[in-house]
Amino acid sequence: MSIAEAADRARLATEEILASMESVPRGVVVDSPPGAGKSTLVVRAATELVRRGHRVMVIAQTNEQVDDLTDVLAGHLAGHDGDLRAGRLYSESHRVGWRVERHQNVVSAKSAGELLECRVVLSTAHKWATVTSDEQWAWAIVDEAYQMRSDLLLRVAGLFGKALFVGDPGQLDPFSVVEVDRWSGLSWDPTTSAVEVLLNHNDHVPVKRLPVSWRLPASAAPVVSEAFYPFNPFTAATSPQERRLEFGASAFGDNSVDRALELAARSGWALYELPRAHKPRTDREAVRACAELAARLLERAARTVSERSPDPLPVTPDRIAVGTAHRDQASAVRAALAELGADGVTVDTANRLQGREFDVTIVLHPLSGRRDATAFHLEAGRLCVLTSRHRHACVVVARKGIPDLLDAHPSVEPVHLNVPVKFPDGWEAQQAIMAHLERHRVAAP
Amino acid sequence: MTTLTSLAKVEAIALDRAQLIRTVRHVHVSPRPLIFVPLQLAGEACAPLAAMVGDDRDDERLLIAYEPRDRTERFRFAAGLGEVIVGYVGGYAAGDPGEGVPYPDAPQVWVPNAGGMKFAELLGRSTRFRRTEGPYPVPASVPLLGRWVTYLAERAQHPLSSLFLSATQALTAHWATGQSATEDQNLATLLAWIAPPPGQTGAQAALLAENPARCPPAGPVTDPDFDRDVLEGLIKAIVEARQSGNATARERAQALMARELHSVLKPTWDLMWQAVDLLRSLPPGDHVAERWKSDRFSFTGYVRYLQEGGFPQARRDAAVDAARRLARLENEAQQLAAHMAYDDPLVMAEYRMTGDAFAGPVVRAEPDRLDETGKRARLRPWITVETTDDVLAEHGADLRSPARPAQQARVIEVDRAADRTRVTIELQSGMGRKLVPEPGSVPGLGDVVCYTTFKAEFQPPPKFPDREDTPWTHGGPPPEYVPRDEEATEEWE
Repeated sequence: MSIAEAADRARLATEEILASMESVPRGVVVDSPPGAGKSTLVVRAATELVRRGHRVMVIAQTNEQVDDLTDVLAGHLAGHDGDLRAGRLYSESHRVGWRVERHQNVVSAKSAGELLECRVVLSTAHKWATVTSDEQWAWAIVDEAYQMRSDLLLRVAGLFGKALFVGDPGQLDPFSVVEVDRWSGLSWDPTTSAVEVLLNHNDHVPVKRLPVSWRLPASAAPVVSEAFYPFNPFTAATSPQERRLEFGASAFGDNSVDRALELAARSGWALYELPRAHKPRTDREAVRACAELAARLLERAARTVSERSPDPLPVTPDRIAVGTAHRDQASAVRAALAELGADGVTVDTANRLQGREFDVTIVLHPLSGRRDATAFHLEAGRLCVLTSRHRHACVVVARKGIPDLLDAHPSVEPVHLNVPVKFPDGWEAQQAIMAHLERHRVAAP
Repeated sequence: MTTLTSLAKVEAIALDRAQLIRTVRHVHVSPRPLIFVPLQLAGEACAPLAAMVGDDRDDERLLIAYEPRDRTERFRFAAGLGEVIVGYVGGYAAGDPGEGVPYPDAPQVWVPNAGGMKFAELLGRSTRFRRTEGPYPVPASVPLLGRWVTYLAERAQHPLSSLFLSATQALTAHWATGQSATEDQNLATLLAWIAPPPGQTGAQAALLAENPARCPPAGPVTDPDFDRDVLEGLIKAIVEARQSGNATARERAQALMARELHSVLKPTWDLMWQAVDLLRSLPPGDHVAERWKSDRFSFTGYVRYLQEGGFPQARRDAAVDAARRLARLENEAQQLAAHMAYDDPLVMAEYRMTGDAFAGPVVRAEPDRLDETGKRARLRPWITVETTDDVLAEHGADLRSPARPAQQARVIEVDRAADRTRVTIELQSGMGRKLVPEPGSVPGLGDVVCYTTFKAEFQPPPKFPDREDTPWTHGGPPPEYVPRDEEATEEWE
């Protein structure tokens, strides 16, 4: 598919969604695969609704996400509706980021009462939950709705009449620190996602889809689509020729780190496989490997060619991410990177990488070196987030033996009445990704 | 499982004895707990077979449903159990404590394991809706039993509560054994690891305790050999005797069954008291009494609710109730985690390993530092702590110290070097009203201090809509809850 075709398909889908918002009684759900232009849709829907004369509240899950959306929306408004102003509602403990402050057409305030003049106001769900006003918002746009817990939706749903829910069903499900099964099977189980509960009670709410991924390259979209979205496939917007990853400096001698990077540059994927061993979470060699791969990418002056620019763009540290399952692993990788002098590379857990985008990601596989495969480590959403953040290439670092570990630990999640079985489950998705990575293996010394 | 618990398990194997993983006890242990060891008929979800119950170790009461498949027998059993449990609970609810004051103490019920808790929950479900008049009337103690065991089972989900405890859960929260988590569910082998008889190692004692002939299972499921070789024949004999109207044969068979069940339950009864004694021998953590007080308040509230003729607990939570309850449970889980860490250096060590807490000496202190950027000068001392722990906190993070839990502190700077980390902290409250800190309110140079990213303070509950205002996303307002007739007459299965 060419970019023009992809753009057509995406535009058609977006227009259909915007048109349907006229007629729906209560709202619309839009499923969006990774990098399918979710923010663009949110911004277009917000401006469209304002244009139709509605007041719109935008609900995102983290302050980071709200700042991002505000930034894009403010830019869009400045270009199209010069005199419209967006409101950024924030709480005591948060400092509004520079990307919001630089916009002239954004008003920031701590209370909703100060933003009455704004036709569109953005904030986190937690902040909205504290807003007490008799005023009804005609529309709400809920971003990352699959990561929002339904009890939070309960707290904010009284504020709006209709809502557009946008989110990625393949990413991490919301969770609770307490394990209680007293609500499983109830249509309003407070530990499940906002979208699930909404659809349980409103089967007239249509579910639409965005069909193409702008982020994932042609090498990744089919793999991710098949492993995590088998019933709602999507395609890459770009063709293999339109994205390239190159190196400014050639390799010196022959070593496995360089081979892994070159394989990833060529094929979009690499599995950097360490010898089989059972290790604690902060496996020193695996952590070191993650840091070395990132540092080497910078040393070799990696650059990308893509639809964004006719000339190659350098892969700067902020375009690289290392993703882990646990916080202590992330902090160990950060320490290793600091030792190698590679500053500025993003290192974080899957939870925090949700919604973000990079040129190259390096993933410390959640099951690497483990003796068991718990529900946490098997979760499909975790692996999906980690393997779908990149525009060009993804290098997975793992100990040998993950397929064996999976075979020894089939998923044993209890089945509850009235709870639809999740498919693909994490086990299945893990197997699919490993089967693909098997063909991109580089053995570490 | 945390790294320290894994280490303790390895040590338990090496030293052949369970290892204490806590320095203090984190549950309340009543001076007069009620022990409740239930047994159910194999193959049925909740068919009570027998129970050994009582609050005096030398005076166990054995209750038996001689024909466990018979509905009338079940209710006779429930009525008997109701008398014991409701009588015990009622002993704590004498008189009126007065408005806003809890009863001086609260009941505490122990079952052997998680299965026992589940059994109590199901028993409550089967009995709390029953009516004392109309079709299928039951004695008053039956629905009352149902309400109380349901109340206890619901409290057991509250992390801060000690009203209803499982012995294996309470023991494994304090000791690590050399066996797997599944094997730790067996009260007999668990206690064999913790307190092996003289001359035996933990592993040897546990191996012997695995034999169901020596240590019958602690229920609610019985040993299949016992079911086949003993129980089946006895029940058959009792049913036949009843059908043929032979009262003597029936009495004989019932006496035989009582003897057999006594011999199956008595070993667990003794183990239960051993478990209570073991836990009682540990010194309580500082926050345990505070948590027990919240149990006393909850108990007092429920006594009052029953006195005012409150409905039995609904079978399901409505949307708003479910969300409220979840918020409450999550809040309590955080409080409990903080309480335990503040009370117990071994728990704190686990947080220090994961970077959520750090400890070390104060290497720089400006106790008199003033913040003069505002209209009025404010006392804002800075201290710098040097630590070898990993520190996850970054600039701006909120910190608390177990030594001064009410004092707000904020990270100003984290300076990481290869061999140590220096954290500069601004203290923001708890130093008196003057511009000079009260003595002892600011750590001095050289003091070893500990800071955490979590706090033990009570968080105000989040706001939820009223039930009548349940929004369309959650199905709209639910109908008013009134127990219905079919709930009172449904089959006990």
